[in-house]
Amino acid sequence: MIPAYIVFGYLAVVLYLGIFAFRRSKNSGEDYFLASRSLGQYVFVFALFGTNMTAFSILGASGLAYHRGIGVFGMLASASAFVIPLTIFFIGTRLWAYGKQFGHVTQVQFLRDRWECSHIGTLIFALTAVMLVPYIIIGVMGGGQTLQAISDGRIPYWAGGGLVALVVMSYVFFGGMRGTAWANTFQTLMFLCFGAIAITLIGKSLGGFDQVMERLSANETTAPLLTRQRIPTREFFSYAFIPLSSIMFPHVAIMCMTAKKASAFKKTVIFYPICILLLWLPSVFLGVVAADSIPGLKPGESDGVILRLLTANTEVWLAGTLGAAIMACVMASDSQILALGTMFTEDVFAYYGGKKRFGEKAQVWTGRAFVVGVTVVAFFIALELKDKAGIFELAIRFAFTGYAALAPVMVAALYWKRSTKWGALAAVIWVIVTMAGSWYLHNYSADLAPKPGQPPVQIFPALGDLFLRTGGSVTIYGYLPVLFMCLGSTVLMILVSLLTPPPSTATIKKYFPDKPIAV
Amino acid sequence: MSKKIFLTALVLAGFFLHQDFWNWDNGDLLFGFLPVGLAYHAAYSIAAAGLMAVLVKFAWPAELDRIESDSKGPSSES
Repeated sequence: MIPAYIVFGYLAVVLYLGIFAFRRSKNSGEDYFLASRSLGQYVFVFALFGTNMTAFSILGASGLAYHRGIGVFGMLASASAFVIPLTIFFIGTRLWAYGKQFGHVTQVQFLRDRWECSHIGTLIFALTAVMLVPYIIIGVMGGGQTLQAISDGRIPYWAGGGLVALVVMSYVFFGGMRGTAWANTFQTLMFLCFGAIAITLIGKSLGGFDQVMERLSANETTAPLLTRQRIPTREFFSYAFIPLSSIMFPHVAIMCMTAKKASAFKKTVIFYPICILLLWLPSVFLGVVAADSIPGLKPGESDGVILRLLTANTEVWLAGTLGAAIMACVMASDSQILALGTMFTEDVFAYYGGKKRFGEKAQVWTGRAFVVGVTVVAFFIALELKDKAGIFELAIRFAFTGYAALAPVMVAALYWKRSTKWGALAAVIWVIVTMAGSWYLHNYSADLAPKPGQPPVQIFPALGDLFLRTGGSVTIYGYLPVLFMCLGSTVLMILVSLLTPPPSTATIKKYFPDKPIAV
Repeated sequence: MSKKIFLTALVLAGFFLHQDFWNWDNGDLLFGFLPVGLAYHAAYSIAAAGLMAVLVKFAWPAELDRIESDSKGPSSES
């Protein structure tokens, strides 16, 4: 039970942070949802990084590296280290600037104002909100599973999930954005330190990694793990588009509005790649090491390789600390819950007259009520569909693709005067249709999926290599759908905008004054 | 204008260097324990931080700082 006690200690700390943040709150909408746009640069850096990390960063990455090798780092981590800071630099800073100037709190508020649209904004709200829901459910499920695992089953799944949901709900309810940002900062520092400690202690216990790597290299089954042979070049290339999703996640975009000064972004974009390196390198490296130390695990089982390595090679307290670190990643759902609450109160409640009618105080309490409602519903779904976690994990993968394909819409809104709401509508419909098509093909070809190391299979032999099924995805000529979805939404945004009337001159002048905000 | 072109070229070069197809089958170990492909991407991440520092230094929009000073910021910093 020692690891479980360490996790309880961790939960107590984040709960305290939420309550402490509540004591500093001002009970205004901007304070609850955006911490009064007052986050200092270091809290901003770590909170933004923490809100972007999930349990996959530690567990999923090592499990994937166990089967596919070191290329996982380049495919997922260094691609993010390059693309995400660029999106923060070019998109996040502009969202912050417009938010500061015109009072926007959400992406949809900005898009509605920029393109003088109402229902198209509501459609974008609905799409981005729906894609966020699986994260929250997976967060509660992950909490239940982690506490059950590290307590050797003494804490049942429902109690673990309930406890995590209650703690997250409490500090989001009381602390709002300030509490969430502080909790995320604490979480980020925890899992950044954890990677370095884990790799040092495991390496020491194994007598260094040299011999492990020699054995992996000498074995023809494991030697490809030290190269990128198990990752097709086209898949690797396509993955570079996935990090475009980051800035389109509502919780990340809203977090960008919280910075007190533009200069907070400077440190963020410089430190972000280093944070990615510190978190992902140990995960991927230890995943490959585990292929030698713990051979023969199947894809689902391999997600626990770091926990197994730690249990076998280190003291029990470190396994407990890992449990807390995993919990920290799992609890990234805090900012997603808050983002959903913010979107509902700003994009629906306030937009359709609730704020004018009932006042700002009612708006904040509506946000808090929404936080409670979402968490309770997520908890019951997590209980009811306990054995269906795979569906939600799959939904999250599709959501990454969907958010990435929406990035051209945001770029057009920020940088292209001539862009129109109809162009945005066409791009959004394209994203919805192609996501539905990918989902259908994924399920249709589930039985064709090849085993790890086997070549892709043609889904419709008559169409040749147009649609291929790999172990985990459907590809188009070997490329992931995200590539074509991004290209398609860009083309539609441009073509339809050119064919439809632009917003009024006043609006264009508002967002593109004589001295435009541009690099 | 030439600064803009240089920085754009730098970003495009960053995207190209990420593909490092020349390391695809290279299973050599650096310092006896670090696969070359992994070491390359670790170094790439550090270089990405360097690229961001260059962008911040030479492409930071002055308008952002103007907005910062024009806005009446909150009194306390979290």
